[in-house]
Amino acid sequence: MRASQAFEFVTASYLVQISGRDAGTLVELQQGIESCSDASVFYHTFQSLARHHFLNEGFSNDFAQWVLGSCNRPALAEALASLDLCESVSVAEIRARLLQILDGYCWANPREAAQRTFEKFYFCETVEEQVPLGSAWTLEEFRDRLAELPHASMQFHFLTSRLRLQLRTNDFSHWFQDVLGLQSLARSVNRIDIYTNTLDSARDRIVELVDREMGR
Amino acid sequence: MTRAAVEPRVNRLDDYAGLLGAGEIAELRTLAGRLEGRTIQMINSTSVGGGVAEMLARIVPLIEELNLGIRWDVITGGDDFFAVTKAFHNALQGGCFDLPDESFQTFLAYSEQNRTRLRFDADFTIIHDPQPAALVDSRPAGGKPWIWRCHIDLSQPDLKVWKFLAPFIERYNAAIFSSPAFARQLPIPQFLFYPSIDPLSEKNRELEPQVIENVLAEFRIDSRRPILTQVSRFDRWKDPVGLVRAYQHVKRYFDCQLVLAGGGAADDPEGEAVLSEVMEAAGKDPDIHVLSLPPWSALEINALQRASTIIIQKSLREGFGLTVTEGLWKRKPVVASAVGGIPVQIIHKQTGLLCHSVEGAAYQIRFLLSNPAIAQKLGEQGHEHVREHFLITRNVRRYLTLFLHFAGRD
Repeated sequence: MRASQAFEFVTASYLVQISGRDAGTLVELQQGIESCSDASVFYHTFQSLARHHFLNEGFSNDFAQWVLGSCNRPALAEALASLDLCESVSVAEIRARLLQILDGYCWANPREAAQRTFEKFYFCETVEEQVPLGSAWTLEEFRDRLAELPHASMQFHFLTSRLRLQLRTNDFSHWFQDVLGLQSLARSVNRIDIYTNTLDSARDRIVELVDREMGR
Repeated sequence: MTRAAVEPRVNRLDDYAGLLGAGEIAELRTLAGRLEGRTIQMINSTSVGGGVAEMLARIVPLIEELNLGIRWDVITGGDDFFAVTKAFHNALQGGCFDLPDESFQTFLAYSEQNRTRLRFDADFTIIHDPQPAALVDSRPAGGKPWIWRCHIDLSQPDLKVWKFLAPFIERYNAAIFSSPAFARQLPIPQFLFYPSIDPLSEKNRELEPQVIENVLAEFRIDSRRPILTQVSRFDRWKDPVGLVRAYQHVKRYFDCQLVLAGGGAADDPEGEAVLSEVMEAAGKDPDIHVLSLPPWSALEINALQRASTIIIQKSLREGFGLTVTEGLWKRKPVVASAVGGIPVQIIHKQTGLLCHSVEGAAYQIRFLLSNPAIAQKLGEQGHEHVREHFLITRNVRRYLTLFLHFAGRD
């Protein structure tokens, strides 16, 4: 069956820009998160998860990792790590949630919040360049392209799509549901947990689900 | 003008597909396709020797294979010029600058000579390190992008040298650093490019078990007992004596061996002194193997790393720490100090273990020797970390993205 609208595969290649801002205490981290760019929050959360996709346990975002590794504050790190990016549809929402957690901790623990760490946190940000990879008009074409899809493209369509679509879904599910009318496939794909999968295993799982849909 | 001698093309892009997947290589070709017809010029100060020349010798052919016009040029100068640039290099990394003020004129005079010798007509010009930095005088106003790639740590430079160089750097369109910690406040965008290793090079390629056995036999290392290895120059910043102390703590609990392999002792008086200190600390322990290797020992280093139970980098100060990258690539559990670029590579308890002291290093080594399953998992995750971020193909991708970024602003 030929779709009324093709799925456009895109890859995103990222440059990391050094912002020049750093943090040596939890208070400075809080201030940095408050004033850094959206591209910086994106880099240290969504991008961080994608960069470390092969760590499918115990890694969430750069802020949590620094609080654990450099500040030795496991409870605060756990709270920051519990931020579920798949439930977030805007950077503003992520920033507000991070600040809420940090504000609470710094208010209740002013001495720890002012303590200098051994290693600083360096705020960076993402500069994105998008490049089209080609179209798929049928589920079969989609499946064949998906099977060879590089990590950057998986990240773009499956993870960061939430911010672009401003929906709690991904580009694949969005196409399955809105263009092909395959609600069940869309739901199953959207249920794949990116925190416990690598980009490879998530891609393989989607291929499996599409194969099943096609009766393969 | 001296054109750098590009090494024969040993490895082609498709050779990397087995390690990265065909999709990743196809993606590089797609990115490069958007830059069709564009030209690139890389300029540095030497065609052989040193990490930058080694990196360019490998990266230039790969970019060429992507059908982009790339030229690698090398500046020339007399001994007086290179004496000045060496002094700059050390001073920018925190050392003292004790040359007379005329040395700045020497630097400018040779830069002027190189400006007249070299041709600057590429779409993207990348200048590597401080030696050729003043060539930016040849960039026409509002011209094509010039980018300064800084491979050294500029976080605590000698201010006299930095104040001399900064006005040149500020005229570039952007600068690239190997770590955010190495950057400086500049009025131009600063990008982060991690250093990288070539997985197909002699130092990192897979080896037959027999080759590894032969190297161990050559150095009289016992393959049946745990081997702890640090590969680095005999330099105080690498803390080889501290590592011997850490090993001595571990030795109380485990019948293991320590291998300290590196160069820098033969032609460096400080290296010789450090080597003597290490030998003294080692005493008569036959399980401490101190190997002073010549620069052409890539295969031996590869074999020693692959034979190791644990790789250690107990540095007090470090650049990026490519020996850590090499260990991780070989799926080895790594214990390393949390300095320089090491924490970028070692995510504590995920891709290796960080330490901050002799006792800490000893404890982490004991932990890994007691928990081989955890050690194996760290090694596997460390390998993936390198595959994703610190291979030469990733740097090709970073350059392509940088060119796309500037091409989009034309």
